[in-house]
Amino acid sequence: MRTICFYFQVHQPLRIKPYRFFDIGADHYYWDDYSNKSIIRKVAQKCYLPMNALLLDLINHYNGGFKVAFSISGVCLDQFEAFAPDVLESFKRLVATGHVELLSETDAHALCSLKSKTEFQRMVNNHKEKIKKHFNGYEPKVFRNTELIYSDKIGGMVAEMGYEGMLTEGAKHILGWKSPNFVYENSTDPNLKILLKNFQLSDDIAFRFSNKTWSDYPLTTEKFVTWINALPKEQEVINLFMDYETFGEHQWAETGIFEFMRALPNAVFKHTKFGFSTPNEVVRNGKPVSKIHVPIPISWADEERDLTAWLGNDLQNEAFAKLYEMESRVAKIDDEEIQRDWNYLQTSDHFYYMCTKFFSDGAVHSYFSHYDTPYDAFINYMNVLSDFILRVKIKEEELTEASE
Amino acid sequence: MKVLMFGWEFPPHISGGLGTACYGLVKGLVHHNQDIIFVVPKLWGDEEPLADFVNASDVVIDYREKKFKKIWKNLTYLEVSSFLVPYLGPDEFKKYTDYTIHDRTDVDESVFSNKFEFSGKYGKDLMKEVSRYALVAAQIAKSKDHDVIHAHDWLAYPAGIAAKEISGKPLVAHIHATEFDRSGESVNKPVYDIERAGMLAADHVVAVSHLTRKVVIEKYGVHPDKVSVLHNAVLDASIIKSDIRKNVPEKIVTFLGRITFQKGPEYFVEAAKKVIDRDPNVRFVMAGNGDLLNKMIERVAELGMGTKFHFTGFLKGKDVDDMYAISDVYVMPSVSEPFGIAPLEAVRHNTPVIISKQSGVAEVLRNAIKVDFWDVDAMADAIFGLLHYDSISKMFKELGSEELKKLKWEHVAAKLVTVYDKLHKQQP
Repeated sequence: MRTICFYFQVHQPLRIKPYRFFDIGADHYYWDDYSNKSIIRKVAQKCYLPMNALLLDLINHYNGGFKVAFSISGVCLDQFEAFAPDVLESFKRLVATGHVELLSETDAHALCSLKSKTEFQRMVNNHKEKIKKHFNGYEPKVFRNTELIYSDKIGGMVAEMGYEGMLTEGAKHILGWKSPNFVYENSTDPNLKILLKNFQLSDDIAFRFSNKTWSDYPLTTEKFVTWINALPKEQEVINLFMDYETFGEHQWAETGIFEFMRALPNAVFKHTKFGFSTPNEVVRNGKPVSKIHVPIPISWADEERDLTAWLGNDLQNEAFAKLYEMESRVAKIDDEEIQRDWNYLQTSDHFYYMCTKFFSDGAVHSYFSHYDTPYDAFINYMNVLSDFILRVKIKEEELTEASE
Repeated sequence: MKVLMFGWEFPPHISGGLGTACYGLVKGLVHHNQDIIFVVPKLWGDEEPLADFVNASDVVIDYREKKFKKIWKNLTYLEVSSFLVPYLGPDEFKKYTDYTIHDRTDVDESVFSNKFEFSGKYGKDLMKEVSRYALVAAQIAKSKDHDVIHAHDWLAYPAGIAAKEISGKPLVAHIHATEFDRSGESVNKPVYDIERAGMLAADHVVAVSHLTRKVVIEKYGVHPDKVSVLHNAVLDASIIKSDIRKNVPEKIVTFLGRITFQKGPEYFVEAAKKVIDRDPNVRFVMAGNGDLLNKMIERVAELGMGTKFHFTGFLKGKDVDDMYAISDVYVMPSVSEPFGIAPLEAVRHNTPVIISKQSGVAEVLRNAIKVDFWDVDAMADAIFGLLHYDSISKMFKELGSEELKKLKWEHVAAKLVTVYDKLHKQQP
């Protein structure tokens, strides 16, 4: 059966407060509670709550014929718990229908898959435990790495941890003439199936939906079903992967994005032979057509679909290197606050704010950053990191004293 | 003696060292019983009543005076080329270049009949303000009796020249900084021209250091006999006690100033790398803002010392004092610094200082380490030495504060009074 696979990324970083040089060594709380809370509340009202209600309606209405998948980062779950328990409840209700799949990822939405296998495994397991705790023992079978970052090597680590499938970007430079609308497998471990994002159709919804200069504006369900009907018959699965905040936050309610989603399942059922599946169903039912080779990591970001949104310029490389220099030292410290901060400091967004690619994707970058410039982001992060390093040092000294 | 003095700013509303120096000088002159009429573009009302302050914004110009029109005609060219802003870097400068240039050669009657509200800042209408300031100066020179005219830096030179033209009294041009200090070799021609016109029209030129005197003679072609040196001083030489506690265990080495070409921030960054390579238990701080800030941040990241080298952005008030107080070494690596008052502030906080040989303050501060701004090895050596060899830093602390006590504005003013007297006697 031909099928559409919806997956939504649900993530909010824990933003760092303005942290000055004078604070180093004196103030050990880094997080901007006020802005984190107000952003969660704002997005909850505009997106999470209305969209969750809409999805619940659709699932009930089609009695499971319509289904979706989420990956909710641990750092986001923590914030729901603290600032928006109503949102957490509504996700629980969705998962309880049995027609919503949850995916695994790194707890802090981190970039550790690029740096350390140990840290990667630790974070994935932490996230797994968090999902289990919040969602009635739920156990994810499919993995989604931060911002769809994937390489053969990362796939290998994920397969080793027992996952059946993994999501990534259908990047042009990886696929070449091949289509993303099939199931692929990891180049070293055939047990790991790879689902590729159809960026054309995904971005039609996520980015272009309200763009009045786009030749296909406005996007209607009629247009959408015509496009998917036009796809060659043998292409089995259309992976529509996007930020969950697309609904109501990136595309405001006024654009009609909610009405589009409400009408889409009916249009698909009525005019096409497509159904809806979750990633795990696609992985289990679909037959892989070939291996996919990704020697150099890809992601879903920017025109290049590479890592340069997070790593690449001197600022990002320096911050990243200095952070992970701490890994083995932090691992030895049994302290709740040190571990919490170590976790949250790894969130990819901190590095995204330091991106200096002002030209091609600059607009997207500045939309997502609360800093005036990447330089401000770097200074603030490094001040915090400097204090964190001091704290680790003090803890280490306490440990040596205790053992003497 | 009655002195008609033209400045651009006066404490407490200042944006740089010029205002502080004017304040010290006026205070010193008052000590020697001189009467000062101090003119600024904008008065705020909370200035210390040391002089007869004149707010240029309040002056109504008598448009019937023929001489004024002549002055105005000579000044209009300033406005035509008014898209330049001193004390701002090229990046900030760019933001102002869309400012429309009006090609006006006739005399606008309205400026004569009205008062003009000066901002007294260094904004985009600076050249316009400089021109009108001159006109106001002419009016004041006509209505206020005086024996000598004294103008501080190029912003006030057209005012000084205009006043001299009206009253015929001798003019002293005071050089706190030249265009070569601010912009290196890529000088703004209109600013240079105003500076040169001021120096040539002046009966006497005073420079804040021998370094600056040399520039005045060599780059502006002023006759050496006409130029004397008048070093800056400090208002208060007492040691500033601070109760701020340092929160980090490492020693702190500080750069505090505008992050611009003139201040040599890149040499500080390179020296920091050399020190950190030898001793990781040091933190470097670059406090301030400027057009080279982002470049410095990138360089620090590139050198991989982001957790040891910190940026604070622009500091003011208590933060500045705190920064000096927690510093173990203060470095001023200026490429070109006519005087440079900041190291004296550091000394008042008992912080040993390293200053570049290319700074005027090096001429008066003997108990400081002096290096060439470009010699980052020597700079790193000096930092390392002051951090590790307690005896030398202790010695500098003690001797430095003794030396400071000798730098009094009264002494500076006394010298200036002899200049005034000489000029007055030469008067026909």
